[in-house]
Amino acid sequence: MAEHALQTPLNDADMLKLRAGDVVRLTGTIYTARDAAHKRLCDLLDKGEPLPFDLQGSVIYYVGPSPAPPGRPIGAAGPTTSYRMDTYAPRLHALGCKASVGKGKRGDAVKQALADHKAVYFGATGGAGALLSKCITAAKVIAFDDLGPEAIRELTVEDFPLLVINDCHGGELYVQPDRAAAGLE
Amino acid sequence: MRTIDASQIIDTVARMCIDSNRYLPTDVRDSFARSAAREESPAAREVFRQLTENYELAEQTGLPLCQDTGLAVFFVDVGKELRVAGMNIREAINEGVRKGYAEGFLRKSACDPLTRANTRDNTPAVIHFDIVPGDRLKIAFMAKGGGSENMSRVTMLAPAQGWPGIRKFVLERVAEAGPNPCPPTIVGIGIGGTFDYAPILAKKALLRKLDDVNPDPKLAAMETELLEALNKLGIGPMGLGGKTTCLGVKIAMSPCHIASLPLAVNIQCHSSRHREVEL
Repeated sequence: MAEHALQTPLNDADMLKLRAGDVVRLTGTIYTARDAAHKRLCDLLDKGEPLPFDLQGSVIYYVGPSPAPPGRPIGAAGPTTSYRMDTYAPRLHALGCKASVGKGKRGDAVKQALADHKAVYFGATGGAGALLSKCITAAKVIAFDDLGPEAIRELTVEDFPLLVINDCHGGELYVQPDRAAAGLE
Repeated sequence: MRTIDASQIIDTVARMCIDSNRYLPTDVRDSFARSAAREESPAAREVFRQLTENYELAEQTGLPLCQDTGLAVFFVDVGKELRVAGMNIREAINEGVRKGYAEGFLRKSACDPLTRANTRDNTPAVIHFDIVPGDRLKIAFMAKGGGSENMSRVTMLAPAQGWPGIRKFVLERVAEAGPNPCPPTIVGIGIGGTFDYAPILAKKALLRKLDDVNPDPKLAAMETELLEALNKLGIGPMGLGGKTTCLGVKIAMSPCHIASLPLAVNIQCHSSRHREVEL
């Protein structure tokens, strides 16, 4: 399992060298979006209207941060569970989004989209919101302010710690539960 | 009759909301240390290292442990000799939630189920009341995250399925949930009651300390057996594989209808944030 330092925007060459289990330290600009923001992004695409950020080479972080206390750019900011965005993710990958960051399993359509469009799914440690917040040096709302914690934010990150969960070669890091050992079979 | 002022409830609840989200309970911290020592895989140990650094940072910086600061869930025992002046108890608790979530820079996660419009102050809280003897007010608060709540289930088993059926349903549920609910998890199990009461039992069981022992020896043995079996699933911290899929199993039971065997599995992520105060 290799370690990589990557800089946004990401490109196909970056994606092709990543394998499930690799550690990545990500630096650059990423965009937050979770359930409600994804729905609005896809509504905009349906209407043929421009999106609030450029999808080419982009990284979307599934997070709804807690409010920034005085003197900090953002509050706690760990990943939310990713499967809820599975409905929308393939469409965004087809339009150039290179990676999503979340936690938990992805569906087959998303894994296929990662392979088809040379993209990856990163995991960050769920429940480590205070720790991950340290790697975010700036944050600003760029769309859907009315959604509160679900608004789209542009984040500047430095050495954001990620694990490759699903790569673009069909590899996956998550283990299958050992049902037999637990006495299920 | 003893009288307390609603403002006392408001301030207490606000403090509980903030402190619960900032200070991970000692029993949970201890279980991280014990579990990390048993893990052989570097990935599993790294998760515990990050979680430990995370609770230390939350304490130092005042940031919440997790950005999902939860829906506010309360179990409240109201002494029948107690009177609250100035506001009813439900309203006072909700006011405390408003204050705590605003002043503590906690995320407001409550929204309309259909329009998804945020209520903007994390109310209404989910409050379970009980009337008890005496003149005290006991408030237990839990910041319940959505990711683990989504992996929870309730089912109505046939009485013939008994303990083997219960065991199988719990194992299947945790296996299916996999990495989604932020393992290592704590599994609250409610057995009996009715369709609506079993999940309340399960949730209340999650308020117990991780290192306590169920006073009912039969339930204590069931908890031990299930915890061992769950950890053999090998899902591990954050689903990366390892010996720690669950930190604890807590079972509560209540009589049920002769036709039924209600069962609820309420999953709690590793960030088990709750506390109790008596006024």
